[in-house]
Amino acid sequence: MVAAPVELNGAPLLLDPSGAVFWRQHGLLAVADLHLEKGSSFARRGTLLPPYDTQATLDELGRLVRRWQPRMVVCLGDSFHDTGGPGRLGAADRGRLAALVRGRDWIWVVGNHDPQIPADVGGRAVAELTLGPLTFRHEARSDAKGEVSGHYHPKASVATSARRISGRCFVTDGQRMVLPALGAFTGGLDVLDPAIAGLMRRRFIAFLLGRDRLFAFPRDQLLRAAA
Amino acid sequence: MEPLMRALGTGLPPAFQSWFTGRGWTPHPHQLALIEAAAAGDSALLIAPTGGGKTLAGFLPSLIALAAAPADGLHTLYVSPLKALAVDIQRNLQAPIDELGLPVTVETRTGDTPAARRARQRRRPPHMLMTTPESLALMLSYPDAEAMFRRLSAVIVDELHALAGTKRGDLLALGLARLARLAPGSRRVGLSATVAHPDALARWIGAGTGRVRQVGGGGAMAADVSILIPPDRLPWAGHMAVHAMPAVYRAIATAGTTIVFVNTRAQAEIVFQELWRLNDDNLAIALHHGSLAVEQRRRVEAAMAAGRLRAVVATSSLDLGIDWAAVDLVIQVGAPKGASRLVQRVGRSNHRLDRPSRAILVPANRFEVLECQAALDAVAAGTLDGQPPRPGGLDVLAQHVLGTACAAPFHPDALFAEVAATQPYADLPRAAFDDVVRFVENGGYALGGYEQWRRLEPAGDGRLQLVHPSIARRYRMNVGTIVEATTLKVRVGRGRALGEVEEYFALGLTPGDTFLFAGQMLRFERIREMAVEASRGGGDQPKIPAYAGGRMPLTTHLADRVRAMLACPASWDALPAPVHEWLDLQRGRSVLPGPDDLLVETFPRGRLHYLVAYCFEGRNAHQTLGMLLTRRMERAGLKPLGFVATDYVVGTWSLEPVADPAPLFDEDMLGDDLEEWMAESTLLKRTFRNVAVIAGLIERRHPGQEKTGRQVTFNADLIYDVLRRHEPDHVLLRATRADAAEGLTDVRRLGQMLARARGRILHRPLVRISPLAVPVLLEIGREGVEGARDALLEELAASLVAEMETGPDHPHPPD
Repeated sequence: MVAAPVELNGAPLLLDPSGAVFWRQHGLLAVADLHLEKGSSFARRGTLLPPYDTQATLDELGRLVRRWQPRMVVCLGDSFHDTGGPGRLGAADRGRLAALVRGRDWIWVVGNHDPQIPADVGGRAVAELTLGPLTFRHEARSDAKGEVSGHYHPKASVATSARRISGRCFVTDGQRMVLPALGAFTGGLDVLDPAIAGLMRRRFIAFLLGRDRLFAFPRDQLLRAAA
Repeated sequence: MEPLMRALGTGLPPAFQSWFTGRGWTPHPHQLALIEAAAAGDSALLIAPTGGGKTLAGFLPSLIALAAAPADGLHTLYVSPLKALAVDIQRNLQAPIDELGLPVTVETRTGDTPAARRARQRRRPPHMLMTTPESLALMLSYPDAEAMFRRLSAVIVDELHALAGTKRGDLLALGLARLARLAPGSRRVGLSATVAHPDALARWIGAGTGRVRQVGGGGAMAADVSILIPPDRLPWAGHMAVHAMPAVYRAIATAGTTIVFVNTRAQAEIVFQELWRLNDDNLAIALHHGSLAVEQRRRVEAAMAAGRLRAVVATSSLDLGIDWAAVDLVIQVGAPKGASRLVQRVGRSNHRLDRPSRAILVPANRFEVLECQAALDAVAAGTLDGQPPRPGGLDVLAQHVLGTACAAPFHPDALFAEVAATQPYADLPRAAFDDVVRFVENGGYALGGYEQWRRLEPAGDGRLQLVHPSIARRYRMNVGTIVEATTLKVRVGRGRALGEVEEYFALGLTPGDTFLFAGQMLRFERIREMAVEASRGGGDQPKIPAYAGGRMPLTTHLADRVRAMLACPASWDALPAPVHEWLDLQRGRSVLPGPDDLLVETFPRGRLHYLVAYCFEGRNAHQTLGMLLTRRMERAGLKPLGFVATDYVVGTWSLEPVADPAPLFDEDMLGDDLEEWMAESTLLKRTFRNVAVIAGLIERRHPGQEKTGRQVTFNADLIYDVLRRHEPDHVLLRATRADAAEGLTDVRRLGQMLARARGRILHRPLVRISPLAVPVLLEIGREGVEGARDALLEELAASLVAEMETGPDHPHPPD
């Protein structure tokens, strides 16, 4: 795993190829859009998706916590797919989550999918969090500076010599950054979509997630993503 | 029943006899044979070439029975793979019914039938109903299915050869089993083109009923098939046969009406464009393929039927369906890929049985000449491609189980007995059936978390029932086994749609790009509201829309014939001189493999080392082999850079030479290597998506909302990844692997080839490229290397860095 160093509003950050941000100065690990219990949310309505998404997402989060040993973990909202999500956690997944939360400052930034987080999952819920030059919130604001957010599940697509490749990505213009979704069943929105591109300054960079490193592409190199 | 049997037992009744006479016809022996079979209450399989009153033969016993004893209720159900065919047959049948004054009502029921009429048809069905496999499944899912089908006497399945062995066929077989339960004693009639395995087809149509009679419709005259080689040029590679178009045009000009069959929609567009470029006489030449708008296709078909066209360029979209007696020439551009398909295509010409069909094959390159000659030999010898019937899909079974529950609670034991009586599911283990039922019930996951969200629940008497009627509504919105790729409509300006292209192609276009579609040169403007907006006109380098799954691999049967031809120089005299010389040259420079050998050539070229294996197993199997070979070469430190797979060969290139290829081709590559590759492969993801949709895990349509195919695609990939990691043996993953083994990865065929090649690998290390390998190298660069995602990203990222470091392009020199 090779993390990519970037600077955001003067703060030096490390981007992890799994889709997380680490801010060494504060021992802070930020992840976005876990969408825990998305599978069971669909199952409730009769679409019986495999019930393994929460476990898969928490396993990924566990690997990140072991790698960076953060003092503080910030989940940038939509951590649960719906407000009933925490109540549907299976016993094993509940234990997995508790083990991660224990012994560190765990912050649930609330999102549109999870406006409330019950106290029994641990950690504390906040609307947003400002630390030095950076503000962590769920959905980007058009006037913000030094902002780290999620919500959009950014994806990008490039044309390589053999074929088009698309995948999850970070996107940043040096002033703000949108994180990719970490959740196992979460899809994505193309960064060239006005909803994302409109937030950024003209020149922005997408960091595509590779298996163990990131690949940076300037806006002009990106294609509209297929599916 | 009794009076009907008596009516049929006396053969053709006088009124029918005089109807035939009045038209100047004599009943065909096979028509009488079907009346006899029906009189005995037997099912029947009629195998006959197109023409010759095959469809009428199917309906005659029902018409006779209804004439003798008018009855209320649905008497005969006709199932065809094409909606258009159902409509057409209804029209054709109306003629004898009117002229004989029979008290028989005939209606169609397809996805296009208005809802009010569909509801009325369930309450008061006509005597004869023309439908499709999907509409039958839908009818069977209603609680009143039993009332509707109780009095059914006969089921006629048309174009059976095109249904058996496919997922639509599986769905139909299961539906027929249900019908046999609802209407015991009903008989079946299968109508089929000539096939290699008539016994398997007879088992398919007769499964679960009484006896089946096989009836032959009399052979067609031997076809007059020739190969067209323009004297001036025979290309080494390529698939478009543009070089031959002047000769094709001359053939069209001298014939009455011609169908020009091609293998892919891209070929159809190019051939159509080239023919019009040459069309100084302004002949009426039309285009027909599956991506064109339906109205457009109907217009072409109508013009064809009315004799207003001189030629139509068509893909498999015209393989089935409406018979045009007036076609007197069939031209096949590109190799036919299979003997059976060629026979059926050739049969489209001249439906009068007293004259031979005339057909011309137009190979696009040298390997295709071999294939065309092999196909010609096969037609002459009357041999066909024989795929032994494959087992039915578990995804289709899951759909059927839910559909059954939608109609009424069911007992698993009884349903298993019913399912196991069909031909596709005859060997289905009970355990697999139970897994499918569990999947329908609650997802069937080992981690049993979904008990509270189950779809089926015990009814108390051992039967299972739906937990809520809304499940039936959703089932009915999603019935069927045809999973479409995501497509975008193509419009000129904001006008009527010309047809559809795949999203993938549309997203690769930038404004100003020109592309060839529906026979027109179009300039891409923008994508708006799931439609491509284009304007007419364009530049000189048009792109051709690419379509997934358009190509069908070379059949085993033709492959065997090509191998035999290579091994027997005496047979080369039948080949055109350039091909004969090419093979002679190969014999001098390298070697030609025996029929059971696997020839592997290795040679250096530039700074690269090439390996070419002449397997002749079809492009799907070769694609899989290419992936597995390059993985092994990677591990052996040979630094492979890529591979190419055609229908005939697989070729690889690497930085280091392969000294001994035998270990690379060891059969054990089908173990872990295959597993590992399959897990990552987009082929598997695509297959899983189809399986998940058919099985009902992912719905195409929700009440109140139509999911776009785009959402389905990304969901399915993510679900696949998670399910594979956490429950690799889930029933849907088993269904996916089974599908892939037969289809896109063709592992079954690859396995047979590796087993045959054991100890028979003929390695020829050469100092330079062999004549046989030349066409292969010309293909290089057309195939992408799957898998190396990160390597490709790295290469692109590095090239951008290099670009930045060398600065921008040189400024334009002054004019």
